[in-house]
Amino acid sequence: MMLPDLQAPPHQDAGRPLEVVTARRPLRWLAAVVVLVLLAMAASALVTNPAWEWDIVGQYLFAPSVVRSVLLTLELTALGIGLGFALGTVLALMRISPNRLLSSVAWGYVWLFRSVPLILQLLFWYNLALLYPRLSVGVPFGPGFFDFGTMDLIGPLTAAVLGLALHQAAYAAEIVRGGLLSVDHGQREAAAALGLPPARRLFRIILPQAMRTIVPNAGNEIIGLVKGTSVVYIMALPELFYQVQVIYNRNGRVMALLLVAAIWYLILTTVLSIVQHYVERYYGRGRA
Amino acid sequence: MTPMVELRGVHKSFGSLHVLRGVDLEVGQGQVLVIVGPSGSGKSTLLRTINHLEKVDRGSVRVDGHLLGYRQVGDRLLELPEREVLRQRTQIGFVFQAFNLFPHLTVQQNVMEAPLSAQRRPRGEVEPLAERLLARVGLADKAGAYPRTLSGGQQQRVVIARALALEPKLLLFDEPTSALDPELVGEVLDVIKDLARGGTTMIVVTHEIGFAREVADTVAFMDAGRIVELGPPAQILDAPAQDRTRTFLSKVL
Repeated sequence: MMLPDLQAPPHQDAGRPLEVVTARRPLRWLAAVVVLVLLAMAASALVTNPAWEWDIVGQYLFAPSVVRSVLLTLELTALGIGLGFALGTVLALMRISPNRLLSSVAWGYVWLFRSVPLILQLLFWYNLALLYPRLSVGVPFGPGFFDFGTMDLIGPLTAAVLGLALHQAAYAAEIVRGGLLSVDHGQREAAAALGLPPARRLFRIILPQAMRTIVPNAGNEIIGLVKGTSVVYIMALPELFYQVQVIYNRNGRVMALLLVAAIWYLILTTVLSIVQHYVERYYGRGRA
Repeated sequence: MTPMVELRGVHKSFGSLHVLRGVDLEVGQGQVLVIVGPSGSGKSTLLRTINHLEKVDRGSVRVDGHLLGYRQVGDRLLELPEREVLRQRTQIGFVFQAFNLFPHLTVQQNVMEAPLSAQRRPRGEVEPLAERLLARVGLADKAGAYPRTLSGGQQQRVVIARALALEPKLLLFDEPTSALDPELVGEVLDVIKDLARGGTTMIVVTHEIGFAREVADTVAFMDAGRIVELGPPAQILDAPAQDRTRTFLSKVL
């Protein structure tokens, strides 16, 4: 049996390479047109319907009381995330500790604070004075040095921060733990073999690598909390959502003011998404 | 002269798996010991006990005359605090099969990390040291690169430079070329040979029999958690006394 001769296919013109023509995709074009029309309809519905009251939106978007409420929303978010992740990191380290008591306590914390709805936790902290009218600082089970009225110490703002941070810590603990577990075991071994001190191993070697897994999840949590702060309206704290409610209850422009709030939430989350992109790029260095 | 490494009756189990079954071993200063043997024979575990990455269940490990990881009180061994163990480890360089370079640090940062933070040496002293070591392993131009951008052979040479940065008394190599493409094995072995000629005490676990013949002062053959036979390369590799050694060598040569 003979094999057919193997040779390059014949060229008409050896000097000119063959041209590649992309296939046409008429359905894709049609789908694009349909989407475009739908977008135009939506835009027109937003702009032309006078019930949206865009002039009112413009009037209130930068009103001092609204801007103040945006700042309070940011403050609550920053404190909730900052304290939440600080405590969450400690909980994550406890959770992976070989000491059974430490890891059980961390597990119990996560179980409790993830199981009870945030709104309930907030009301609990807000009403803590009903349970413990006075709080004191001193020797455990011994005499106290300072003594506070709970109502004076835990106002609505403190209760809100406490509630958001403690709730956030439970989620942060799991995110940080996941990040720590994602780092290859060999990294810990290499750091130990080089004699690096434990704190240095954690902060210089393990955590920066864990951040690659932590940051996308943390980004989710931060954006979630920006909007999640709106539940503290039940404590009459003038954050964004509470503030627009106050205004529309006074002037009746419900939709316009809800739109003001929506626009601000959009702006905040957009800025955060951009920041997240750069933070991810920073922790991804050396991995491109 | 005290031996650099001295193991007496070392036992180690993982659960019900008895990996080291009474190992005695001595390595003199400036000597090169190459350990060969089938996989699962306990070679890597043995090596890892010599910088306390694995704690021994029984027996003692001494490096340069000092007990590793413990201090002796009467006939008991008390575990040292972690700080002490870490200080001991800075005198022992370890080269991993899987490199374990820190991927988020540059080559230079990898090399400088331990002298800076474990030995607390000043940056002004460590920077020229890193430069010198990278030149020595032929990677002077890669100081600013991240490990991922290097070939396996280059990465392993960085690992060697990183281990040397502690200026250790002893270097341990755990199958340093097993994760490398065949054409990259030579460049890493050349660096190790160069160190051996320079008088560094080292223990090398490897499957490279040719390397063992060329570099080792002593070759140990391990099987089933014991050192079966030990001697100069010519004796162990060419005229082994034990059947098990002969069987193993006939498979790998």
